[in-house]
Amino acid sequence: MGVISSKLGNMGVVTTTLDTAVNWARTGAMWPLLFGLACCAIEMMATQASDYDMSRFGMELNRASPRQSDLIIVAGRVTRKMAPVVRQLYDQMASPKWVLAMGDCASCGGVYNNYAVVQGVDEIIPVDVYVAGCPPRPEQLIHGVLTLHEKVRGESLAQWVRE
Amino acid sequence: MVAPIVKVEPVAIPDSMKQWEGSLEQLRGLVSERAMTGETMLLNMGPHHPSTHGVLRLLLELDGEQIVTCLPDVGYLHTGIEKSIESKSYEKAVPLTDRMDYLAPMSNNMVFALAVEKLTGLDVPERAQVIRVICLELTRINSHLVWLGTHALDMGAMSVFLYCFREREYLLDMFEMLSGQRLMGSYIRPGGVWRDLPAEFMPALERFINYFPGKVDDYEKILTNNPLWIDRTQGIGVIEPDEGIALGVSGPSLRASGVNWDIRKSQPYSGYEKYDFNVPLGEHGDVYDRFYVRILELRESLKIIQQAMKNVPGGAFRSTNRKFVPPPRAELGRSMEAVIHHFKLWTEGYAAPDQEVFVAIESPRGEIGCYLHGTGGNKPRRAHFKTPSFMHISALGKIAEGHMIADLVGIIGSVDIVLGDSDR
Amino acid sequence: MHIPKALDPVEAVKGAYPNAVLDVVQFRDETTLVIHPQEIVSVARFLRGTNGLIYNYLSDISSVDYFPDYNRPGRFGVCYHLLSMLYTRRIRLKVYLPEDEPVVQTVVGVWPAANWLEREIYDMMGIIFEGHPDLRRVLMPDDWDGHPLRRDAPLGYETVMFSFNVDEINKHKPYAQE
Repeated sequence: MGVISSKLGNMGVVTTTLDTAVNWARTGAMWPLLFGLACCAIEMMATQASDYDMSRFGMELNRASPRQSDLIIVAGRVTRKMAPVVRQLYDQMASPKWVLAMGDCASCGGVYNNYAVVQGVDEIIPVDVYVAGCPPRPEQLIHGVLTLHEKVRGESLAQWVRE
Repeated sequence: MVAPIVKVEPVAIPDSMKQWEGSLEQLRGLVSERAMTGETMLLNMGPHHPSTHGVLRLLLELDGEQIVTCLPDVGYLHTGIEKSIESKSYEKAVPLTDRMDYLAPMSNNMVFALAVEKLTGLDVPERAQVIRVICLELTRINSHLVWLGTHALDMGAMSVFLYCFREREYLLDMFEMLSGQRLMGSYIRPGGVWRDLPAEFMPALERFINYFPGKVDDYEKILTNNPLWIDRTQGIGVIEPDEGIALGVSGPSLRASGVNWDIRKSQPYSGYEKYDFNVPLGEHGDVYDRFYVRILELRESLKIIQQAMKNVPGGAFRSTNRKFVPPPRAELGRSMEAVIHHFKLWTEGYAAPDQEVFVAIESPRGEIGCYLHGTGGNKPRRAHFKTPSFMHISALGKIAEGHMIADLVGIIGSVDIVLGDSDR
Repeated sequence: MHIPKALDPVEAVKGAYPNAVLDVVQFRDETTLVIHPQEIVSVARFLRGTNGLIYNYLSDISSVDYFPDYNRPGRFGVCYHLLSMLYTRRIRLKVYLPEDEPVVQTVVGVWPAANWLEREIYDMMGIIFEGHPDLRRVLMPDDWDGHPLRRDAPLGYETVMFSFNVDEINKHKPYAQE
């Protein structure tokens, strides 16, 4: 399992509990970056607003500054002019950071198979969770966020230290 | 322009900044000469910014807090929809048009459907026209609610955002009943609408009509006579009527300056001449007037929907011209012609003549126009959309001059731009 | 207020600029005047300023590319869609431009709304507008090569991924690693 557990020997149980605690803290208040590009942004705003409240899952507010956020929900089509901007924003975010590609356009280029749209934002930044839909319903987005939380809970400290 | 209190000697570009000199040269004709010497500051706002509604980049030349020049830079959402439409048949292009102005998708569908109908000479039955009017007015309410929510959110009134999106959920439920999709239904197609009104639609519409006017009263209670709101919005971002017409502004932003131009009244389409509604006009053309004109338009849209609901005629919901409209599935089992039409329409599509048409309708943002040029074959030669946000963003550069940065946020919000609409 | 009587735009333009009007097309209640490219600014100013016409609102400027059919007197067509708010009527002015020299005068002096519309046509079709104050790209990135909406420019699509060509496409598709 890496450096930590070999040093601790039979105190590996401490790292497991530490893992759980750290991941619980990370999923508890994961703040997304305010990054809505196109139509999916409207559904993201609807998910944040009254009926499907994302604050229940810890995403109380979106931070405008990339340095203060953990999650970037790429909501909408990424065009070739916007691609360097997305990359710069992702680089500015502090680790640990996760990426959720919301909608078909961010996952694979969507309806648009032409010169102007990047065919999937995973050509630019590594994506953790893809949410399909055009635009995805708020319930689908919440399901995607919860899937991301499950993935985060499965992460372990040793991987983090090795990085 | 405010005269400087302290006389500032123009400073030569310091050595550390010489690496940017090349890019400063590119702006030579566009910003004032004071920027070249460093007397005024160049600030880049966007494309990732909480208050620009979408990915808009504004290059501001600032003299302290005051804006000397404002250069909008769009294209960060350019999706090549017009080129994609050139490679699709007319029926398959309809979902692409949905996604241009994503706050009012049925308006885009409508203008494209009208252009195709004009080009091919297709008829639209009475029932479809009334259903289209209901859908367009619901879309107008939908768009104005999002506009109000985000504009108030930018100016600091955050609860209005939550109220508007709560109302929107009822509208989205109704759209889902019609087309199966909350947004982007592609419900309005050439020839009529995609399918008939389902049984639960009219009762839901009744409930919405009874419930909504009270909500508009709520929004007015919060904002209209609020001294903070009035202070922040009156006298800001004034568009003179002649200036507005010359710059290509249209829709509520132009009507707030006092120009009485509404395409639904002056060049009516889809039976709008049968409905009795007022066109709200403003006086001063400032941010407050643009806000109030849209609030009044919410009420007028409700009036139109009430009148349209009362007499929805029976009959077909889409044209029965089988050369253009696919037959319903029940007919396929009974008639050979239906199978042939179905096959021909879904594989190749119908042909349009080698001519050009231009149709303009009143979308919630302004005048949206579709220029359609056929080839004589099944794919269009050129589909160009003149979108109101494109013109408004170019006008924004002129309107914002002389204001403070804090007012700029209010001006951008009041002009109601959507970047998908502007960049297509 | 006395509103001057509406004039017939075709007759008025033919009367004032007889050499400018090359053709008149009527299709589905729309009138198109095909104008000689050199005369477009004078005709535009005439239509905007004359009592009885007053086409004060520029609705749209569109461009068409007639490649590879070439069934018009020029490869490119530029259409000016005008609206008269006073008389509530529309008219279209069309200009055909040759392939080797797609240059036409700008109408920014007549309607300032033409500024960004002409920039977009330059960006998408490569038609140069002489006298335009700021002719640069508006929708594509500044360093983009070519003019996307020309008919001979490629759509630029990616082959659709099915299960039989997944590996082949994944070999060439750039995936971000970190």
